[in-house]
Order: sequence, then C-alpha cells, then structure tokens
Amino acid sequence: MIKEQEYLKSKASYCLDLAKKLGATDAIVTVGNSISETVSFRNKVLDESNRSDSLAISIETYIDKKKSSISSSNLLDENLKTLIEKCFETTKITPEDEFNSLPDKELLAKNIKDLNLYDQSHLENDKKIDYIKELEETASIDKKIINTESGFTENKSNFILANSDGFCNGYKSSSFTASCVTVAKDENSMERDYEFTSKCHLNDISNPLELGRVAAEQTIKKLSPKKIGSDKISIIFDKRISKGFLSSFAGAISASSIARGTSFLKDKVNEQIFSNSINIIDKPDLIKGMGSKCFDSEGVKTETLNLVNSGILNNYLVDTYNGKKLNLKSNGRSGGSTNLYFENGKISYDDLLKSHSKILYVTETIGHGTNLVTGDYSVGATGFLVEDGEFKYPVNEITIAGNFNEMFKNITLANDLEFKYSVNSPTMMIDGMTVAGK
Amino acid sequence: MTNFFDKTDLTRKNVDEIISETLKNCDDGELYLEDSKSESILLDDNKIKSSNYSSDLGFGLRAISNEVVAYSHSNEISKESLKSSSQNLRSTLKSSKGTYNHEIPKTNNKFYDEINPIEQKTLNSKLEVLNKVNEYLRNKDSTVKQVTASFSGEQKSIEIIRLGGEALTDVRPLIRFNVSVMLEKNGRKETGVYGIGGRQSYDDYLKNDNWKNVCEEALRIASVNLESKPAPAGEMKVVLGPGWPAILIHEAIGHGLEGDFNRKKTSAFHDLMGQKVASEGVTIVDDGTIDKRRGSLTIDDEGTPTERTVLIENGILKNFMQDRLNGRLMNTRSTGSGRRENYKHIVLPRMRNTMMLSGKQTQDEMIKSVDKGIFAVSFGGGQVDITSGKFVFNCTEAYEINNGKIGSPIKGATLIGDGPSILKEVSMVGNDMMMDPGIGTCGKAGQGVPVGVAQPSILIDKMTVGGTKI
Repeated sequence: MIKEQEYLKSKASYCLDLAKKLGATDAIVTVGNSISETVSFRNKVLDESNRSDSLAISIETYIDKKKSSISSSNLLDENLKTLIEKCFETTKITPEDEFNSLPDKELLAKNIKDLNLYDQSHLENDKKIDYIKELEETASIDKKIINTESGFTENKSNFILANSDGFCNGYKSSSFTASCVTVAKDENSMERDYEFTSKCHLNDISNPLELGRVAAEQTIKKLSPKKIGSDKISIIFDKRISKGFLSSFAGAISASSIARGTSFLKDKVNEQIFSNSINIIDKPDLIKGMGSKCFDSEGVKTETLNLVNSGILNNYLVDTYNGKKLNLKSNGRSGGSTNLYFENGKISYDDLLKSHSKILYVTETIGHGTNLVTGDYSVGATGFLVEDGEFKYPVNEITIAGNFNEMFKNITLANDLEFKYSVNSPTMMIDGMTVAGK
Repeated sequence: MTNFFDKTDLTRKNVDEIISETLKNCDDGELYLEDSKSESILLDDNKIKSSNYSSDLGFGLRAISNEVVAYSHSNEISKESLKSSSQNLRSTLKSSKGTYNHEIPKTNNKFYDEINPIEQKTLNSKLEVLNKVNEYLRNKDSTVKQVTASFSGEQKSIEIIRLGGEALTDVRPLIRFNVSVMLEKNGRKETGVYGIGGRQSYDDYLKNDNWKNVCEEALRIASVNLESKPAPAGEMKVVLGPGWPAILIHEAIGHGLEGDFNRKKTSAFHDLMGQKVASEGVTIVDDGTIDKRRGSLTIDDEGTPTERTVLIENGILKNFMQDRLNGRLMNTRSTGSGRRENYKHIVLPRMRNTMMLSGKQTQDEMIKSVDKGIFAVSFGGGQVDITSGKFVFNCTEAYEINNGKIGSPIKGATLIGDGPSILKEVSMVGNDMMMDPGIGTCGKAGQGVPVGVAQPSILIDKMTVGGTKI
C-alpha cells in the first residue's frame, strides 16, 4: 500500500524540527513514495513482472545565504538524523550565494484544487495480462509482424513538500500506461514502431484492440524504406515529434538558462520569435492532465501562462533562485513546465499534407542534436515521402537540420491537437530545413 | 563492506529461507542488495550552485523461470518487505518447474580498490579546485562568459545472495570531474566540454594540477567552435580521431551485439554469427577487466567475473555479450556483461569498455587520401535504432577535409549510418588506439551505466553528414 499523508508529514516535520534545532535558518523537505507494478509480454507470452516500491526524501538546509542538500531512500529516523547533521555541517562550509532563499511567502500555494489526478482503482496482474493478451493478438495478426513486446504499468504516488515557513502540502496521483512495440520484416528490411496510452484514470486508457492495431500498422508502413537525396524541402512533423520542439523551447526559456546566458532566447521577451499565428500555453490546472500541478517543486502556486501570444514571447519559466537573479518573481515553474501546448492552427491535417507537392513526413528522430545555446538543430530522421498529399514510400538514414531561430518563424500548425502527453502539439510543418541524404 | 541485515529484524538464516522459498522451483535468480553513497558539487555562474550528498539503500529480489523474469524491489530491508516481494514473485511464477543453476565462476582478480572517494578528499579542497577552475578560465580569456565545473563521486557496495546461501560482494568507487566553458565573441556563443574520471580517488586524476589540462581542453574545443562554419550535407568520407569517437562503435555495433536483442531476433545482427560484418583488420572487444577504468567491473551485477570478450575478430562476428538469462537461452554462457543501474532495475546484457584495436596506418595517411570529407575529433551523444540498424552521433569538434588537407572547423552536425554495414566501409585502421578520458554513460531501457570506449583513428569511406550546406 502507498504510504499515507500522515506518515509522510511526520517524516517531513521530524526533519524540519531537527534542522531547526541544529541551527538551520531555513529548510525544505520533500518526501515521496511511489509504487508501480508492471507486467510485460513478448510474442504473446509472459516475459516479465516488476514491482517497485520506492521511498525518497530530500532535504535542503540553509544557514542564511548558505545552502546544501542531501537525499536518501532510507527513512529510518536514525539515518535521517545522521544525514541532516552531515547536511548541516556541509552547509556551514559552503560559500554564501546572495540569491539563495525560500520562496516569498505570499507566492506559496494556499488553495489546493482537486484536479482529479488520483484513481484508486487497482488492476490485478491477471487483469493486466488479459488486456495485454488482447493487445498482442491484434498486433500480431499480420504475418509481417515478427515480434511484439507489450506492457502494462500501474503507478501510484504520494508526496509531501514542507518548508520552515509553514508550507506543508502534497497529494496522491496515479497513472495507467499500456504500450506495444512491434517489429515487422520483409525481404528488404526490418523495422520497429510503437503505440502507447497513458492516463491518470484507468477508464480513460485506449482500447487494447486499437492500440495493437495502430502499432502494427505504423510498423508495417515503414518496411522497405529508401534514402532520399540531400535537399531543402518542407518537413511535416508527426505529433509525437512536434511536441519535442516545445520541450526544447521550454528548456530555452527556463530562468536558469536565461540567467546563465546559455539560451538562444535570452533577452527575447516581447520579441517576435514565432510567426504571428503561434500561441503557446502552459496550463497547470487541467483536470486529469498528465502534467498538472497544484504547486511547483518549491510550493509556489501555479497559474496558467500564455508563454507565446501571436508569436511574441511573454514569459520565462521562473523559479525562486533564478528569478531573484533576473529580478523576476517566481511564476511557479521550478521543475519546469506543466501542461505545455501549442494552440491549434487553422488548417486541417489533410490540407497540410497537400500544401506542397513534395513533403518529408517525419515520424521518428534519433540523436541529441539540439543545441540550446545556439539554436542549432541536427538529428537523424525516419519517415515518409508525401507527394500531392499521398504517402508514397518510407524514408530512412537521413538527417534533418536547421536553426530554431529560423525554424520557429516558419511553423504552420494543423488543427488536430490532443492531450496525450504533458507536452502536446498539433501536427507541424516547417519550411526551409535541410535534409541530408544520398 | 556494508552489513545489510544489521539494524533490521532479519537474520542471515531468515534471508536464506526466504530466498529458498522463492527460488526453489526456478531456473535462476538472486537477492541483490545495494548501498550507495554519492555526492555532486557544482560550480556555475561564479558560485557554488549546489552541493548534494545522497545515500541510497535497497534490495531487488529476482526469480527466473525459463524466459520469464519476475522482479520486485524496495528500500525497506525488513522481514515484512522481503516476504511481500517473495509473495509477489511466486504469484507470477506459480507454475514454475525449473531447476536452479548453482554454477557461477569465481575470480581473485580485482580491478579497483575498495575506497570511498567521497571521504578521501575534503569538501574544502574540492571547493578550492572548483574555484580555481573558475578563476583560471575567466582570467585566461576575455571571451569566457560562463564556466561550469563539477565533481561527482560515489561508492557502491553490493551483495548478491544466491539460492543455497552463496554470497558475492563488490565495492565500487567511481568519480568524474567535468568542466564546461561558454565563449562569446561578436554575438556568437559556443561551448566546450571536457571531463575525466574512473574508479580511483579524485586526487589520482588531479595530480600535478591536471585540472588545468581539463580546462585547456574545454577552452580549446569552444574556441574551435567559435570559428566554425556551417557543415556540409550529404554522403562523404569521414576520418574519426582516436579515443572518444569510438562511441560510434558503441552505438553502431555494440548495442546490436547485446545478447537480449539477438535472442529476441530484434537486432540486425541476430543471424550474422560467424559471418563477415566488418572490413579485414577490424577487431572489436568488450573488456570489463581494464584496471580502474570507468567501464570495468570485478564482478557484474549477477556475480559473474567480467572478462575480455572478443566481439569481432578480423572482420568476423565471434560473440555476443551475455548475461546469465540470455546466455542460458542461447545455449552459451554469461560473458560477465549482466548489469543494472541500481537495485531498482532488472539485469540486462550491457557493454563495459568497448574497443576497436589498433591497425597499421597513420592518421596522416587517412587525411591525405580524402578529397572531400570531414575529420571528426570529438562527439556529444549518440543513439541507435537496434532493429533498422541506423545510428547517429553528434560532432562537437569537426573539420572539413579538402584535397587531403584539414580545413576550417564545422558546426556541430549529426552523422548517420547503418550499423551492420558501416564497419565494411572502414578502409583504414590507425596505429594510434586511445582510451576515452572516462566520461561515458550508456543508456538502455531507461537505465544508465558507466562505460568506456577506445579506438584508433579510422577512415570510413561513406557516411551521411547532416549539415545545412548542400
């Protein structure tokens, strides 16, 4: 069973009291427990079961402007005492940093909304197995599918965040995730693709038949790929890839990158960084949202931010420390964005495909070719060549490259946004990027 | 060595009984216990940004029946917690009728000392080095706009208890020292990163003010990048420098030769054993036995002593890397490659120090033979799609080659290639094999483990360079 609030609170206050007693001027404690159970299948037979029960505590102690931190998975009082003493001793010899401080009291979250993030349903492993069996049967109907790997994970978490200014809050959350990875083979090639579903509530996850069918179809479509020639060509990014640009954007507008001067978006607030049709929103209070948060990792209240309005950058993602450095108030984004998304564009998915006679449609990228200092972007890609709105053939072993400064201004979004992840984007087209191939 | 049952309600006899109850009808499995202490100290933006100490304790109980793995882990080492894990495993494997394989090789070799690097250097002296790094770089060059330097160190003690009570232990130190510098000149910003590390004390790596060399190297890479031009796009010849660029071997070949992907037939190499997969003269080994290296292990995370496994010999595919499970199912043995990030994860066959051995040519000969291509000296991360065999990696320092001569530096570009065929495109192997500086972490299935790589300079006849200049 997941640890209850009372237990977590008692550990948090034990630590805060002890830190105070030793002489810490301030302290923050986070205590969490997470239990997850996974069952995995491979080729229609049981492959693995995995149960995980994790406790974690992290403590930051301050002596005025000096700070240091410890973390542990061992919650026995005796161990905590040793660690807090060590933390306090370390704090003493750590140099001062004028920006170190707890969040401003008036910014701390007061009213904790119920965002319906916890579903207490428990699915026995046998029931998980029934779900996966249906899923794998559907995924392996076509003979070209030579391997299937599927899993079902149920996760329940609870946490408490407490600080020496009297903040003490936390809440439970849950997730139910099913995934299917399929491998298809023909005389020319072997390809892999996947589909998955993840929701806070059990009843909201996709039907297993649908999941298996989509995984298999997407994989078979990739067989016998060709390499195309190097070219400047319009690229459409499937939703599972286009959301990645939002994650990069979030990294580049985090107050820490801005304060350190290591972001290509430094000093760009109130400037046009996207084309004027683009709006980006970060909404923390989405009911059942995968990224929903009642407060950030410092206890600061979170409110909806219109990060980009008509292409103009309005806000950074600000935490207390870097906010003080930049002379900005925390907007509750210590720990990053919440439910981050592009608002829908005006054009339909079908019309987007038809918008140019020749388009590269990217379904997967590999590599870590994103440089947030310069905005340079270069990754390996897999996808399809689309001609006059029709998928002609699969493409692989190519790279795509550009620079975010130009790419962001050349984005066209379709109107097919859905909330599948914590970061979500409609299908996206970018003009003017370079494809390197033959 | 940690006594895991001290201060618990468990005696060693209780533990053996629970293990026996759990594993008696299984083919394999063990109780894995882990106690790790780690620290990270970070200087950034002229200040000590964070100093963190962490202590993590936990166990993982694993039972294997034929192909099925049941695993349960927890932080609470207690009778109740261990019994509940045992119950969870038995409910998954209720119809198991296996025979436990007791066989496990033994070793007297040790590839590192049982030290705790965190305690061997005082916090004050670590802070002092970080501050010196910051001052040194900022005084050295007025274009230096940002300096980040960090120490990270850990000591991990593990104990593996098998059915029948056999216990295997290991104490593993690991450190890393890293410097990153950002330069700004004429509105342009570029970074350079360099680091060193391995399984010794901090001071073993920082002798004779060696931190200065780390600073110089980070600064040099950043300076080169300040002058870089857009990279070319398309297929061309690529010369790789020695050392760290061997992550190409790691991504392109290494992952595809891990036992699990081959047993499951999802690797592009699964039906190529004994066949020619590389040019003549190409020999690749994965070695866990090199003294004090980042990827070395005395025993792996199943208790098997590590070894030097020949993967490709003179172009011919000889062996896969195996853990106990995949070795048994493929009718071979473990190569001591069973690893896990920590007790929260199941064991997978993984790489240790993956190395391409030296050949006869010189780097000069390679460069001279190229009319148009690139010379890649250092890389950031890489990634591979095991199934299609396609892999990428990102250059962090590279130059154009024109008519046999090294030209201007080029901007970070992604290189993409095909794993099963890339080694057949290797037309020259250098005589200058070098190990990486001890900085690699390999990710697989959400688990990161420390690894090493090594290679000589090599010439690849055809690879796709992902620049912007057509």
